[in-house]
Amino acid sequence: MPNLVADSNRINDFVVKFSNVNGTGSASANSLIMKAIFRMGVPVTGKNYFPSNIQGLPTWYEIRVTRAGYAARASRVDIMVAMNAETYSKDIRELSSGGFLLYDSTWPRSAMLERGDITVVGVPLARLVNENFDGVRNRILLKNIAYAGVLAALIDVDLAVVSGLLTESYGKKPKLLDSNTKALRLGYDYVKQHLASPLPLRVEHMDKTAGHIMIDGNTAAGLGCVYAGATVGAWYPITPSTSLMDAFKGFCDRYRVDVESGERNFAILQAEDELAAVGMVLGASWNGARAFTPTSGPGISLMNEFVGLAYYAEVPCVIFDVQRVGPSTGMPTRTQQSDIMLCAYASHGDTRHILLFPANPEECFYMAVQAFDIAERLQTPVFVLSDLDIGMNDWMCPDLKWDDAYRPDRGKILSAEELAKIEKYYRYVDRDDDAITYRTLPGVSAKGAYFTRGSGHNQYGAYTEDSIEYQTVLDRLKRKFANSTQYLPRPVVIGKGSNEVGIVSLGSCDGAIREALDILGRQSIEVDYLRVKAFPFNSEVEFFLKSHATIFVVEQNRDAQLKSLLTLETAVEKSKLFSILSYSGFPMSAQPIVDGIREKLAEVPRLSAVSA
Amino acid sequence: MSYINKPKVAHPSLPTNTLGLTRRQYEGSMSTLCAGCGHDSITAAIVEACWGLSMQPEQLVKLSGIGCSSKTTAYFVSGSHGFNSVHGRMPSIASGANAANRGLTYIGVSGDGDSLSIGIGQLVHVIRRNVNMLYLIENNGVYGLTKGQFSASADVGTKAKRGEVNATPPIDPVLLALSLGATFVARSFSGDKAQLVPLIQAGLRHNGFALIDILSPCVTFNDHEGSTKSYTFTRENYHAVIEADFVLPAEEIAVDYVAGESIPVRLHDGSRVNLRKLDPSYDPTDRSAAYAYIESKLKHHEYVTGLIHINENSATEFHSLNHTAKTPLNSIPFEKLNPGRAALDKLMGRYR
Repeated sequence: MPNLVADSNRINDFVVKFSNVNGTGSASANSLIMKAIFRMGVPVTGKNYFPSNIQGLPTWYEIRVTRAGYAARASRVDIMVAMNAETYSKDIRELSSGGFLLYDSTWPRSAMLERGDITVVGVPLARLVNENFDGVRNRILLKNIAYAGVLAALIDVDLAVVSGLLTESYGKKPKLLDSNTKALRLGYDYVKQHLASPLPLRVEHMDKTAGHIMIDGNTAAGLGCVYAGATVGAWYPITPSTSLMDAFKGFCDRYRVDVESGERNFAILQAEDELAAVGMVLGASWNGARAFTPTSGPGISLMNEFVGLAYYAEVPCVIFDVQRVGPSTGMPTRTQQSDIMLCAYASHGDTRHILLFPANPEECFYMAVQAFDIAERLQTPVFVLSDLDIGMNDWMCPDLKWDDAYRPDRGKILSAEELAKIEKYYRYVDRDDDAITYRTLPGVSAKGAYFTRGSGHNQYGAYTEDSIEYQTVLDRLKRKFANSTQYLPRPVVIGKGSNEVGIVSLGSCDGAIREALDILGRQSIEVDYLRVKAFPFNSEVEFFLKSHATIFVVEQNRDAQLKSLLTLETAVEKSKLFSILSYSGFPMSAQPIVDGIREKLAEVPRLSAVSA
Repeated sequence: MSYINKPKVAHPSLPTNTLGLTRRQYEGSMSTLCAGCGHDSITAAIVEACWGLSMQPEQLVKLSGIGCSSKTTAYFVSGSHGFNSVHGRMPSIASGANAANRGLTYIGVSGDGDSLSIGIGQLVHVIRRNVNMLYLIENNGVYGLTKGQFSASADVGTKAKRGEVNATPPIDPVLLALSLGATFVARSFSGDKAQLVPLIQAGLRHNGFALIDILSPCVTFNDHEGSTKSYTFTRENYHAVIEADFVLPAEEIAVDYVAGESIPVRLHDGSRVNLRKLDPSYDPTDRSAAYAYIESKLKHHEYVTGLIHINENSATEFHSLNHTAKTPLNSIPFEKLNPGRAALDKLMGRYR
């Protein structure tokens, strides 16, 4: 048996991984444990590694208890809750040395004891549940709650907190509350009666989650769309973006339905495909509504033609790309940042687009609002590049805040009164010399009527095949793009800024990088870090690139797409950029970043002094 | 080019509609289509229809895809916004625009290539969605801008200008729309303005998706002997079964019809369509009967024209099903759309 004396280094700092069969209802048991730990004031992360399947395939859920409040996935597993016989051998291999394996000992597996550096904890879960409950489906569901009870006893999760959560979920269904509470106690009491507990890895109350929530990025982005005043959402179902529209609909049902008349102040169009979805967004935006579409890589591929039209005809358009693993269908339920180049230059001809890179659900909320302001100010498509890790996993974030003084920036739209004052209206004449022209909305005034087209047009909006007229418009679009950085979120810079070595990254790499900076710092390796939050890059990005001799570009794709974009769109010398890449499909962890930087610095003698 | 550019000055004696506007004020920019193109006649019919309805120009929204037909939205009602989108994708633009503002009148102009090949998916779904709009297919059986390839509406046995004979069966937009449950389906001929104008007027006022398939011969690539979409062939083979008279609410008293021979259909805005049956056996309110009738005539290369099917009582119009606010979504004040800080603070409790 292990030494059960608490190791202060392991209190509130360990990883539990649940191995389950998809479609058995394990998700609610796993999130019950995670939420209970969160309510005990202890920071947690929850990562769901699920298959592209409805029922039967293996699925895993990983809870990291992290008193330091790290957001990234840890690259170890301390407790494996092995509930899927098919993956036992793989799950046992994955367990870190010194770890604990919890399994259903109704069917003893002596072969599992072969690994000497782990502790096997057997609980006859199936037997306990079968003795106490009827019905096949019921037993399957309640076995999950029973292992949650086992785990609660083993890692010392406050049972009152867990019971409180169950009451919130099933308060209105007393029968379900009874059976769930009974199942929880079955597991919990079994451990208390038969096993030594708690384990040295355990949870203790803290006060580090006050003012925080657990939320996924798609929910936060959907909420952001409601707060931004979006009224039209068009989409085609695709993993992992579907829950964004589900969230938008849920919030609209709550906040946008007139109580008396039942009338809806929104319209959601489930399109026949992604081409139609983005076309609907263009139609609605052109007609003066705030409209958006959530999608993922394959959807972006289909949307390319319309994106070019929106760029050239200058129609606002907000697209959420919750990135997944490509190419092609790829691995739909795994995460990646591999649509950066696709979105930056989407569509044929000379096109460049504004990209926003949220790093967590909190930023998904605020950037959703910003995306509409930017799209309407600049009259162009804006891509919000989230990913599956941000979009579908629960992250601990500060409470979302709202300032009631906020009013949307609808950009340059002429009213009927303003149109009456001008002699003649032309759609693409640069009246303010800022490369942004005035638009008008249908239905307002015949004087503001213009013809929107993707064919060659001059600044008066008329069809043209004249080189100079065509170039005048195209050159203004280039100026508009270059000037756009003033409206975009600025990069985040961490560190003294004067170190020789820097990291440049984006999006969901953030958690792993911050943790890596701490680890490197303890080894006296000082590194500055810049996270880009938008493309095109502004002068701060240029300055950071210029002022650091060695720069590690950290990103989650094979082809170093952010690095490519930096070399194409800034003055940086390619030779001083080094890639640290992760494209396994799983969220990034800190260790590969630490290792990558240490290895490279060891290779470069000039820099070895830095790491001494 | 069909015309010389006409000056925008109107003779004072030109008749005006109830808004005090002349027909000239419903025209657009100069057509760049070939002289004699059927599409230009349709443009003229649209001008006449909008003038006759006394439509505020800015209340109309013109939408199109790509092709000769899609260019024509620039050639009528220059006082309304136009959106010439991408090939075959106009229905999605129309759906989004209509979702944003249900208060305007939407007219989409498309062709047989735009609607029946590259865009058939979007056409099918805009019908299913029952978006309140008038959708015209200017159907000539060929791709004009790319110089005369057969389109998906080309009949079996029809001959191309260079002699090639089409062997692939056509897709008939009227049968397609009927099978999908469209609530207003008509067919006409670009050369029959008297029939076309009231159909366009009724289609604009219909509450729901209205489709008019308009045979519109291509003078350059499909008007030769052996073509089944030439002026000569169309004139000889089109078969008016239902004549529609569009009656504005104010004109109702003046219109006379003989009971039994005509079917008056009340539109949602109070206007009316009087359907005069030229074939007494035909019932335009019976969708399956209409389908069987059209199909039986098509076998003999007879194009049945007129208002083939109408169902004004359908409750499936997009906004009806969606329970959308009466106020257009693009005009709802931000304060009503944004739940505010207090609601957000309260919502946070759900995520602890």
